[in-house]
Amino acid sequence: MGLAKRIIPCLDVDDGRVVKGVQFVDIRDAGDPVEVAKRYNDAGADEITFLDITASHEGRDTTLHTVEQIASQVFIPLTVGGGVRTLEDIRNLLNAGADKVGINSAAVHNPEFVREAAERFGSQCIVVAIDAKKVSAESEPNRWEIFTHGGRKPTGLDAVQWAKRMTDYGAGEILLTSMDRDGTKNGFDIALTRAISDAVPVPVIASGGVGNLQHLVDGVIQGGADAVLAASIFHFGEYSVEEAKRFMQSSGIEMRL
Amino acid sequence: MTEVVAVIDYGMGNLHSAGKALEKVANGQQILITGDADQIRAADRVVFPGVGAIRDCIAVLRETGLDQAILDVIAAGKPLLGICVGMQALMARSEENNGVDCLGVFDGEVTFFGEMQDDTGSKLKVPHMGWNQVQQGMAHPMWAGIANNARFYFVHSYCVTGLADEEVAGYCDYGRRFAAAATRNNVFAVQFHPEKSADAGLTLLENFLRWQP
Repeated sequence: MGLAKRIIPCLDVDDGRVVKGVQFVDIRDAGDPVEVAKRYNDAGADEITFLDITASHEGRDTTLHTVEQIASQVFIPLTVGGGVRTLEDIRNLLNAGADKVGINSAAVHNPEFVREAAERFGSQCIVVAIDAKKVSAESEPNRWEIFTHGGRKPTGLDAVQWAKRMTDYGAGEILLTSMDRDGTKNGFDIALTRAISDAVPVPVIASGGVGNLQHLVDGVIQGGADAVLAASIFHFGEYSVEEAKRFMQSSGIEMRL
Repeated sequence: MTEVVAVIDYGMGNLHSAGKALEKVANGQQILITGDADQIRAADRVVFPGVGAIRDCIAVLRETGLDQAILDVIAAGKPLLGICVGMQALMARSEENNGVDCLGVFDGEVTFFGEMQDDTGSKLKVPHMGWNQVQQGMAHPMWAGIANNARFYFVHSYCVTGLADEEVAGYCDYGRRFAAAATRNNVFAVQFHPEKSADAGLTLLENFLRWQP
């Protein structure tokens, strides 16, 4: 008996609609975010993550409205990330009903932003999202680097060192996405997940590459993840959240059922 | 007359969720999010939520006089529900921020989880974040319709210990055993977030709106 591992469906939302990119290029539509969030809540999701990929400024208001709608009807934790650049962005999202806010490229551009955000709003609501890609050759020891711009732009930052630094600055959780695996359905990058999870004192959410339920189990047992995030396997009904939870439980992982 | 449930707003973060969850389970009660000490004293029931650092929380409560309003509500025998840092603030003292004196409603101490290991020897992650089981320490109207060992959503790095057994309404285990819920007379306080704990949490909030201590 104890703390359960979490399953977190991720909604990529563009201008008020849920979409999911395969390798961030090929986009398919899976519906209205409020309806999807409610469906996941009813299905037993432990949290919901909402990644805002809206480009336009006007779209930001749509996002706040959507967050407000979800938070009025869904009583499980809600994390919102995407385009979070200022303390005011964070305040607006928290006031709209987000419980946690994901910071990604703004942390790379200005690491102090994470410190300020954690001091102002508390570590419990600051999630640093890390997009990492393997840069070492097969014959070398594993090394991953932080990439921005949907995995196109290298930063020269070592992923493990970066994750440690972000938690030193006050990040309360790390959302770790393997850019090599995202959209492939080949499973999480287990070595990456394990390296980050062992390096930081805060919970780690594994993301990128889930194609079947065994991948979720591997992320927790082999990767050491505290939570697993997936989108398309749930959005398109390949597996239900409940099915995933039962499978993980039957593999010896403590779940909320 | 319509019963008024005040949710104390002292500028420490997101009260949207607590307000919305209470509205969802309200049965005619008016949910009033307010930082006004008189409105809080006049309310029929009071919810005392909290997030963030305890030092800031206590400092704001003292500056605004809301600390006294909370003590008055308790003295008046009205039901009061503390949530998360709201629960911690009701204790005697917290070791967060190099030691902070709290409101002293309970004699408990708020202590850091610290460096701990699980059964397999791997380091426990702090904050304690996610769904953990609450073992009910007593029969209580606030637990009506909630299974023993039901899971609630927690997110915190400090926890309440040192309460008298008869004041611990629920226990949780995370590296150590701590008070997930505390109660005395008309006060009930929980470390977890009922407003984020799906059906179990909504049931607890509904129980609070009906509770006649």
